[in-house]
Amino acid sequence: MPESNEERAARYAALDEKSPTMSVDAYRSRSRRSVLTGAAGAVAGLLGWRWLQARPDADNIPDVLRLGHEANERLWRGLFREGQLAPTFDRSASSMLRVNGRRGGIENEIDLAAWSMTVLDNSGAELGIHDMDSIRTLPKQEITVEHKCVEGWSHIVTWGGVRFSDFVEANYPQMAAAPTEFVSLITPDKGYYVGLEWDAMMHPQTLLCYELQGEPLEQLHGAPLRLVTPLKYGIKQIKRIGSIAFANDQPADYWAERGYDWYAAL
Amino acid sequence: MTTTHEMATEESPESGVQLARLKHTRASRWMHWLNFPLLTIMIWSGMRIYWADLQDPFAVGVGDVDFEFWPSWINETLGLKSRLARGMAFHFTFGWLFAINGLAYVTYTLVSGEWRQLVPERASFKDSAQVFLHDIGIGRKNPLPPQARYNGAQRLTYSLIIVLGALAVLSGLAIYKPTQLSLLTRLFGGYEWARGIHFSVTIAFIVFFVIHLLQVARAGWGNFMSMITGYQLDPAASNEKKGGSPDA
Repeated sequence: MPESNEERAARYAALDEKSPTMSVDAYRSRSRRSVLTGAAGAVAGLLGWRWLQARPDADNIPDVLRLGHEANERLWRGLFREGQLAPTFDRSASSMLRVNGRRGGIENEIDLAAWSMTVLDNSGAELGIHDMDSIRTLPKQEITVEHKCVEGWSHIVTWGGVRFSDFVEANYPQMAAAPTEFVSLITPDKGYYVGLEWDAMMHPQTLLCYELQGEPLEQLHGAPLRLVTPLKYGIKQIKRIGSIAFANDQPADYWAERGYDWYAAL
Repeated sequence: MTTTHEMATEESPESGVQLARLKHTRASRWMHWLNFPLLTIMIWSGMRIYWADLQDPFAVGVGDVDFEFWPSWINETLGLKSRLARGMAFHFTFGWLFAINGLAYVTYTLVSGEWRQLVPERASFKDSAQVFLHDIGIGRKNPLPPQARYNGAQRLTYSLIIVLGALAVLSGLAIYKPTQLSLLTRLFGGYEWARGIHFSVTIAFIVFFVIHLLQVARAGWGNFMSMITGYQLDPAASNEKKGGSPDA
């Protein structure tokens, strides 16, 4: 038997009866108090907003929001699981990536044959120098992943290169045995620089990359060697690496200094 | 959707004893009013993120027409710069406050039993059609279906907006951490689908907001004040005191 309108009305009346009542006089004085509370709340909200806007900047955003980024970093670093891989795609789903970001380290073409990459320890002492031949001796990896920009766009691309973890284990086993907190990567002209935490750098999908869509990288995509990792936004995937330094202090980061999240993880 | 048709007569001098009845508990009122600036900040900062990519904005093609969610004439007219870094900083900090407030509301509504006044019932769907026709001026002579605090249309709308809030948070997380939360992102059909859903939910919030304001304006001052004081003058109760039939 469906409920009749009368039964429904009675049930609703009983439901409403459960809500407490008060006299009109009590309601009137309550209204005054509530309006005052509401007005005070609105003023407090506006003052809070103005306070936030007036906070001193920490690297180009209000310091409170920088703390927000840092709190988020702690949360997501805490949730990071070492074995977890970013989604990969079939190679046929990938296509040529547009060039985005031409400033910072790659404005001028370089002589690729003359390029070399320096590796430094935490104290800044040189550990070694590598040319492309030394990179290519390591096993080549190809990954097809969704490349994502802080601007919002994404693009499925196929990268080719060597795992950073393979590079470290082959050349600097002492570093692999005694990890630093961070790794700093800088372009040859020091115009662009990023810092990443050790776990992200040693992730199996983090590559020192020299190929895009099966072709050698173009200069504007970071030839001869760039960083690629689906754990981070594009701003962290530095083009044209000039030096790599193992670091225990959080390294300077080009876009973090310009208001972005240092962690910039996906 | 906030019309409470039966309660339009706030003052009825002849009734003598009038009562005010609790309509919105203190917790609901606080969470409602906190949600307003929080959602505003989320939409404002979200548009700054959306506009960061003016070269290739996110758009949905309908036939030959591309539908942009926030066409750039809006920020150009308002003189807003995109300011992506600030947009992200606000969005990812205030997002937690928005999510916590929403989660607190859902938890409170379930635990307190307030959900009985809120969730749609089987009859709510048919009711809401009647309410809708009534509100746009058709079938005014027909009696409206019975209701408790909220009519069928309100039950549906206010519940849907909570579902949309959850969808906004979840699709937001899916595009915020598409690698770490890749299962969630996959659930939304991938990164680009999750973005589309996130933007669509925002459009739905804005549409809701406009209708909500119109309906609040229609429902009158007493109804509006009940979201501040918690209480609304209750003509039905005063009629009962007189021994008359409620709201004849």
